[in-house]
Amino acid sequence: MKTNDKKTIFLVDDDVDYIFQMKTMLEKMGFEVVTASGQKEAEEMLDKVDPDLAILDLMMENKDSGFILSHRIKRLYPDVPIIVATAVTAETGMMFSLENESDKKWIKADVYLEKGLRPDQLQREINKLLKL
Amino acid sequence: MSELKLLVVDDEPGIRSGAERVLKNYSVGYPFMDEDFTFKILQASTGEEAIKIIESTKVDIMLLDNKLPGIDGIEVLEYINSKEYDIAVMMITAYASLDLAIRATNYGAYNFVPKPFKPDELKTSVENITKNLYLKRMTRKMKEEGEKDRFQFLSILSHELKSPINAIEGYLRMMKDKQVGDTIDDYMEMIERSMERIKGMRTLISDLLDLTRIESGRKKRDLRKLDISEIAKSVIDSFEPVAAQKDVKISLDADEDMYMTADKNELEIIINNLVSNAVKYNKESGRVFVNLEKNEKEITITVRDTGIGMSSDEAELLFQDFVRIKNIKTQSVPGSGLGLSIAKKMTDLYEGTIEVESKPDEGSTFTVKFPL
Repeated sequence: MKTNDKKTIFLVDDDVDYIFQMKTMLEKMGFEVVTASGQKEAEEMLDKVDPDLAILDLMMENKDSGFILSHRIKRLYPDVPIIVATAVTAETGMMFSLENESDKKWIKADVYLEKGLRPDQLQREINKLLKL
Repeated sequence: MSELKLLVVDDEPGIRSGAERVLKNYSVGYPFMDEDFTFKILQASTGEEAIKIIESTKVDIMLLDNKLPGIDGIEVLEYINSKEYDIAVMMITAYASLDLAIRATNYGAYNFVPKPFKPDELKTSVENITKNLYLKRMTRKMKEEGEKDRFQFLSILSHELKSPINAIEGYLRMMKDKQVGDTIDDYMEMIERSMERIKGMRTLISDLLDLTRIESGRKKRDLRKLDISEIAKSVIDSFEPVAAQKDVKISLDADEDMYMTADKNELEIIINNLVSNAVKYNKESGRVFVNLEKNEKEITITVRDTGIGMSSDEAELLFQDFVRIKNIKTQSVPGSGLGLSIAKKMTDLYEGTIEVESKPDEGSTFTVKFPL
């Protein structure tokens, strides 16, 4: 049972500064924020958090931690939308968009975002996913 | 045993069956090859037939006659060349003119075997062409793997460089929007954090420079007789202020006469990385023991700490580029993930070894051995 009607966002990232900034930003937007600092920690918390939305970093302990986590989350909470956010970009050729059919099959995230989004862009994506 | 497909293209049935007889039970070995090669013989009596086979089957080696009823052998060779098939071609012909030889070589034929040939001549030619093919394929494979490693390195590097920029940009944006207050004091922690991230980036860049210097091998090494205890002492001195903040004590225990021929800069980097880790990953009021020993065979540098340690799985990855052990205990410890990989590469320059033994929550011991 949730104590209030605030939506909970599960934020997973191994960068303490990113966590701090995102948490501040998301709380300002009126969300409850639960954080984890890595894939392993997030996995241990999974059955307790019961989030409304998850924002996951891609490269943490493993290069594809974000994808693995999103897979686990979708198994537990099939309806929770997931944003995978990362600093890895097209410059290196390492681009994961969800356009590709074979990617879609195993990458269970709903949206793939580049890190460093402006607050209004982020809020728009979140609202879209939460249908607010 | 690995089997290569060898296609004999000749309109004389005797040549084809002869080649089959000679090569059927023949195998080629190479001292550094994992396995011997044997041959599966395919036959074609015309160039057109040969092309059909090439298009449906992966042929490795081809013995190709030039004078054929339809298209010539050289035209088959030209076709292989234009489609970039990976086939080693040996021309067999009774009438080899210089002109034909030049054209065939230009299209990538490996060599010529005059007809008629004795079984041993054929075997020798096939042996040579097989070794050549093997080496060519290995070279290509190694090159491709090198490129993959490089690509992976670059993607992680871009990630490691962008993360601090993102963090700093984020703080600047919060300040610009005055998100947490109206005075500069409200943002002190953000400024501190930004400076911390800039420091991390600077370390990364200087580590990267160390790394490229090793890998390009371009830096002139200044090898001379050095007293390692002196180097260790100055490294330890430079860490005293950082260690003091955590109340960590560093002690040095060295044998007499710790001389070895080395580059001062390189040794400093190795010891520096080990001591830096021993301090960084230590607990409050921990200890660091640096030991230098020498016998007839080798010099041993041991750096032991009473820090957070790690599991054997984690220890296994430790000397690779960008590997950082990420968990609750390490998340506030800054580092580029390159220090130990650099230390390992530098140790390699001396044909030395570097090893780690560790127990979670008890500490780690790094041992570097330089042969004398």
